[in-house]
Amino acid sequence: MDSREDDGGEPLSRMAEWRDVTPLPQDDGPNPVVPIAYKEEFRETMDYFRAIYKADERSPRALRLTRRAIHLNPGNYTVWHFRRLVLEALNADLDEELDFLQRIANSNSKNYQLWHHRRWVVERLGANARAKELNLIKKILSIDAKNYHAWSHRQWVLQALGGWEDELDYCQQLLEEDIFNNSAWNQRYFVVTRSPYLGGLKAMRASEVRYTVEAILANPNNECPWRYLQGLYKDDIKALVNDPEISSVCLKPCHEFRDSVVALRTSDTDPLGPDLSMAICDILEHVDSLRASYWIWRKNKLSVAAV
Amino acid sequence: MESFRSLTVTQRDQILVEQQVFDIFKTFYNLPPSSQSFMLELQRENHVEYLTKGLTGLGPSFCVLDANRPWICYWILHSIALLDEFVDPELENNTIDFLSRCQGPNGGYAGGPGQMPHLATTYAAVNSLVTLGGDKALSSINREKLYMFLRQMKDASGGFRMHDGGEIDVRACYTAISVASLLNILDDELVQNVGNYILSCQTYEGGISGEPGSEAHGGYTFCGLATMILINEVDRLDLSSLTDWVVFRQGVEGGFQGRTNKLVDGCYSFWQGGIFALLKRLNSTKEVKPIPLGDGEGSGEESPQTTTSSDAAGEEGLNGDLSLGGSHSEIGDQHNTSSQDNVIDIDHNHSKGHANVEPLFNSLALQQYILLCSQELNGGLRDKPGKSRDHYHTCYCLSGLSVCQRSWLEDEDSPPLPRAVLGPYSNLLEPIHPLYNVVLDRYREAYEFFTKS
Repeated sequence: MDSREDDGGEPLSRMAEWRDVTPLPQDDGPNPVVPIAYKEEFRETMDYFRAIYKADERSPRALRLTRRAIHLNPGNYTVWHFRRLVLEALNADLDEELDFLQRIANSNSKNYQLWHHRRWVVERLGANARAKELNLIKKILSIDAKNYHAWSHRQWVLQALGGWEDELDYCQQLLEEDIFNNSAWNQRYFVVTRSPYLGGLKAMRASEVRYTVEAILANPNNECPWRYLQGLYKDDIKALVNDPEISSVCLKPCHEFRDSVVALRTSDTDPLGPDLSMAICDILEHVDSLRASYWIWRKNKLSVAAV
Repeated sequence: MESFRSLTVTQRDQILVEQQVFDIFKTFYNLPPSSQSFMLELQRENHVEYLTKGLTGLGPSFCVLDANRPWICYWILHSIALLDEFVDPELENNTIDFLSRCQGPNGGYAGGPGQMPHLATTYAAVNSLVTLGGDKALSSINREKLYMFLRQMKDASGGFRMHDGGEIDVRACYTAISVASLLNILDDELVQNVGNYILSCQTYEGGISGEPGSEAHGGYTFCGLATMILINEVDRLDLSSLTDWVVFRQGVEGGFQGRTNKLVDGCYSFWQGGIFALLKRLNSTKEVKPIPLGDGEGSGEESPQTTTSSDAAGEEGLNGDLSLGGSHSEIGDQHNTSSQDNVIDIDHNHSKGHANVEPLFNSLALQQYILLCSQELNGGLRDKPGKSRDHYHTCYCLSGLSVCQRSWLEDEDSPPLPRAVLGPYSNLLEPIHPLYNVVLDRYREAYEFFTKS
């Protein structure tokens, strides 16, 4: 169906196949604003697309036309949407569709429409597509380990199709490569809290705390593990405060005192007592001067709460 | 100190940006005062020229934005409005006409004539028309059809799809709710479960992600917070952890990053900076003493005045203060004029004194980043040094700058003190409404228009 890789950019008006179609120009009006100086190939392709779209022609040539249009502007969500309608109508081979997407993935790795389309295809292919998908995402993340779309897609695949078994290891690997990669930390949290193989946050807490404390000690100026540590004790602040491992890491001398104090911050109602907390805010006001007004505000809230 | 080669990708990328930015700052601080003044000047004329040019013609490379043309309109028109400039009447009319051609027969606005309607381009088109103002622009919006479109995009999960068969995320929720609120068509059906969806997107870091489970991100945090305020469910969020997260997104460069350990980007001046404008309004209704300015300026009027206005807001409940930015009426009860009174009351209270607060972020540092690192002297603003200017970054850098300049004010309408404005006072931009990111005056006009009709 969609066999030809590229129809060579030959003008559609000169192709016999399209002779029966009257291209439909864009209704920009007599004095459009933000008018784009379309190149001829672009204008023509979109004129033919508009005609096919209006006629709702869900044919093999329509499929080829959408591919052409996507190459010219991968952000055109109408074209992607129509392509899905055509794929459905033709009962097209969706594995081939994945191959097509793979070929354009690298140059479109931050394109919403591409990822949404992938989700649609994979949803229809089901569990068989899982391994290939997780692999593709790994490839994209190896180029940009923080690609937001790739990570969201990965999470969707795991939740819809499974494959959790190796995910914690994958996070581990990424964090070994770059302990500052917040996306990998976020994924770790995702796996620890949601993987059906791991028993949930409480069960994982002890081992995760150990891992996190190690990361903190290696790079105390890395914000990720500090926030992750707080995340491990979400909704259970008392446990964080009472954990001796945490207070020990906070009291260890660090390059910047403020980072160890950060872990002592819990919530508005500070069980350590207002005086110590307010003293800490005073220190932070000077050591973290960029955020001076924030620390003053925090101190203020503590004094109001204490009253 | 580790050798360059043993650094991680994150560390390396960050160092490279810091070097560039600190070079700029160093150069700046070594300049004679007169040159420093020049560097801090907002290049108004050049920005307006760059923006207006875009409105009348764009090169072939813009074909990748062919499905985003209402966005280009908004980025340009909003920027021009922030600079307190005007678009000539012919261009205004052409814009209204063009956007009408983007309006779908079944409601909503598409990325261009003949395309499917999309929530983001609907948001952009509505904001553009509100920014233009005037009867012709505002009445060109088919509200009934738009409401039907929003209902169609509503998903069972509580979220919204961007377009027919499109993706669901926090951005879609914001664009839908923002538009509905602005046009006074927000109701229970649209609001149902939105709060639950957004709540599920607040992460362990405190920020909000695009979808449940994803990473906390500045753009989505703004969208999520604004939406929760608009639907009057903001107290369901963990605001202290949200505040703590966003405060730490400001870096040594003065600008904001979008996510932890990522690079600074001028557009987050608004997405992250705007969060503070929203939080400021929320915090002022709570029983927290606002911090008076150190040097006693205006201090005689502060505490009693703001206590009074926060009490007043407390009596009316959160709705009272939020009517300045929330729905026009109690949810499900349109054209409720009592909320209109609230707007007037709040205005009176705020204009009586010069209530001031200390911003929770470093406003001057952000202004310095915007003016020295994001601004292109030839016109336009950008992500960071080394990147090219574009209309999107121009819009959001300027929006962020406006937020900064007014970050010490309780009432956005009062003129800021000169020291709140980095550079010459002529750098002052128009105030925005932080929930919608349209210029405040235009918001007020639209509010009047859509409450009456």
